[in-house]
Amino acid sequence: MLNPDLVGRTFTSADSVTVTKEAIQKFASVLGETNLDIAPPTFAISITLDQSQNLLQDSGLDWTRVVHGEQKFEIKRPIVAGDIFKCSSTIESARNVAGNEIVTVRSDLHADSDLVVSTWSTLVVRA
Amino acid sequence: MSTFITGQELPATTFIINRALLVNYANASGDQNPIHQDEVFAKSVGLPDVIAHGMLTMGLAGKYLSDLSGAENVIEFSAKFIKPVVVPVNTDVELIVSGKVGEIIDGRAKIELIAICNEVKVLGVAKGVIKL
Repeated sequence: MLNPDLVGRTFTSADSVTVTKEAIQKFASVLGETNLDIAPPTFAISITLDQSQNLLQDSGLDWTRVVHGEQKFEIKRPIVAGDIFKCSSTIESARNVAGNEIVTVRSDLHADSDLVVSTWSTLVVRA
Repeated sequence: MSTFITGQELPATTFIINRALLVNYANASGDQNPIHQDEVFAKSVGLPDVIAHGMLTMGLAGKYLSDLSGAENVIEFSAKFIKPVVVPVNTDVELIVSGKVGEIIDGRAKIELIAICNEVKVLGVAKGVIKL
């Protein structure tokens, strides 16, 4: 059960994440993307889902019972190799429906002070 | 650049999902949850078989958007994961993605997406916004 006091709080990762050319190419080729020079629209998930997972684990959720329910991306510009991101994650909402806990985490990827991509992951913790 | 008109139906693309792709996606994305690779584990947690990562299905639908506009012009993308894509061993599962052009405002077109696997919709209210 998530502590309700955590809703609305923002957690910023201590470490930056550097995006490599190899990481973009690997992700893009698996999806069959033709442009391997920029990250595909869903690439940010490879950074932010991990961050959300750490955040929720630290908040007391049982990650082994988590199902990905919903996902959204807002992309200000494509991610490219050499981007160095700081990731901040906020638990935007948490509610309990029929014993399942439904948590939405927003994660923002900033390069310097510019917001590049925001992701919203809605995770369902099965009862 | 092709011209889009509100209401226009866009041709479908078929993507193949198999166990090899799941392993490759796990390695590329870092999501090594065993429900996407290990049949015994998947069944032990009540799933019918190995299932695809929801984000792989969404990623392929994202490729459909990239093909329409170029990946650099995809500025919003969202979906719900409403049904799992079950991937039995030695099987190529077909994911059929199609789209319809929604509102076009200020050079941005909303694309409503439909993703179907074994005649069942696997993504709900899937939509992207592309810059024209």
